[in-house]
Amino acid sequence: MFTHLLTLRNTVITLCLLPFLSILLDIFTNNLGANAIQALHIRLGDWSLRFLWLTLTVTPIQVFTNWRGMAQYRQLIGLFAFFYASVHLLVYLLLDQALQWHNISLDILESSYIWFGIFAYCILFLLALSSPKKAKKILGKSWKKLHRWIYYAAVAVIIHYYSQLKGNLTEPFVYSVILGLLLLFRLGVWYKNKQLGRLMIPRGKK
Amino acid sequence: MIINTKKQISENEITDSAVFHQRRQLIKSSFLGGIAALGLLPATNSQAITRWGNVTKANVASSALTVTEEKIVNNYTNYYEFSYEKTQSTDLAQALTIDPWSVLIKGEVEKPGQLYLEDILKQFSMQEYIYRFRCVEAWSMVVPWIGFPLAELVKSVKPLSSAKFVKFTTAYRPDEMPNQKDTSMLEWPYVEGLRIDEAVHPLTLLAVGCYGDTLPKQNGAPLRLVVPWKYGFKSIKAIVEIEFLSRAPLTTWNKAAPHDYGFYANVNPSVPHPRWSQSSERVLGSSFFSPRRTTELFNGYGDDVASLYQDMDLRHFY
Repeated sequence: MFTHLLTLRNTVITLCLLPFLSILLDIFTNNLGANAIQALHIRLGDWSLRFLWLTLTVTPIQVFTNWRGMAQYRQLIGLFAFFYASVHLLVYLLLDQALQWHNISLDILESSYIWFGIFAYCILFLLALSSPKKAKKILGKSWKKLHRWIYYAAVAVIIHYYSQLKGNLTEPFVYSVILGLLLLFRLGVWYKNKQLGRLMIPRGKK
Repeated sequence: MIINTKKQISENEITDSAVFHQRRQLIKSSFLGGIAALGLLPATNSQAITRWGNVTKANVASSALTVTEEKIVNNYTNYYEFSYEKTQSTDLAQALTIDPWSVLIKGEVEKPGQLYLEDILKQFSMQEYIYRFRCVEAWSMVVPWIGFPLAELVKSVKPLSSAKFVKFTTAYRPDEMPNQKDTSMLEWPYVEGLRIDEAVHPLTLLAVGCYGDTLPKQNGAPLRLVVPWKYGFKSIKAIVEIEFLSRAPLTTWNKAAPHDYGFYANVNPSVPHPRWSQSSERVLGSSFFSPRRTTELFNGYGDDVASLYQDMDLRHFY
């Protein structure tokens, strides 16, 4: 009866929602530990980062495996990165700061890691806003340009992560290495395209 | 020495946890007392369980503080010798052998030597001190410590006039403290320090317990420092050595990241950490949607300690 719901797309959506459900479960079972709000905040931030990284992994996987089936999920995974980032931000404003704007402004002013978080979120916001097919049509060529800003967002995210830690940097280091590889792949593609482009220019013309 | 506080202690601020604890102790002691009266147990056992159940409250600035739930305090510790994860040190710290324990007194003192924990416990009278504990990570808790003023121990070993600073050192036991094998982040053993006038300030404690009981190992048993107007990392755990010096010691976090962590590390909302604000703090145990607490200069102990830093630029000496 419900078999038509068992599509790959719905499975992916469910998988992407699992971390959120597990967080909700921990809220209701009071299983977030001594600093519950911070734990909530960190877990949402972590998942936003992971989904962003996953979004950046789609293209390399397609290139290496020649499997094009993932393309349509890149947008979906990217939107989940935006979703987790949004809840992360809401937890900061509503739960951690309880909408005390004076405290919030002081906190933002004095905490450089928040600047990078805001920068990354603004980009993710624009990318999410321009993700529908309609927006893609309207933006035309500049759509691709705009969506390349995801690289800046990813770098800002990793700085956001690093610079709020006191000492133990193992986790952000692992994420940095993965991001480094993902960006290296783009650099490789860019270089290869440049070489190809040069080959295609006729000799006499320059 | 009695420090008078301007703030009144209101009775309704006494927390569930405290009440709960007293009740538990009452039940324990009456139950064990009853059995002991029947001659089934040696009388000493009831003492062992409610070790500090009957200590008096110290007459120092405790004001109207709401004591944090014991469960939170016992499971949220920055004890990097065991783990970088606050919850993990609860289990890992149980590997630490704390009996026998002694503290080596050395440096610029008339009476250097080895002080044994049991003698310390006999020599100084323990009291309960309810202090706010503010971490540099912008969270705070309120802990009912059991301990005695460090000043009393300092006095008893007779520092020379050349003693201007006190250096404290944590135990170095890589076999029991697994993270001491990792020196990539911090150097071991952990070292902290105070100026001598800070050390003999009546608010500065050596703690041996909390919540009416012996100090849990993850909270720094058997003997730790508590300096309530400074960030938590100054309050060094599991002390094995106290050295009196004429110059300021190089302390662990200060050495690892001098721009982030100064020698003084006084709680100060107007001196942000280079990478994050210190203007407010999350009070552990507070409910969802409750705002952060506005951090106070010297963690609210300014009336008692501000005079120590007269004419000092606290932005420079952070």
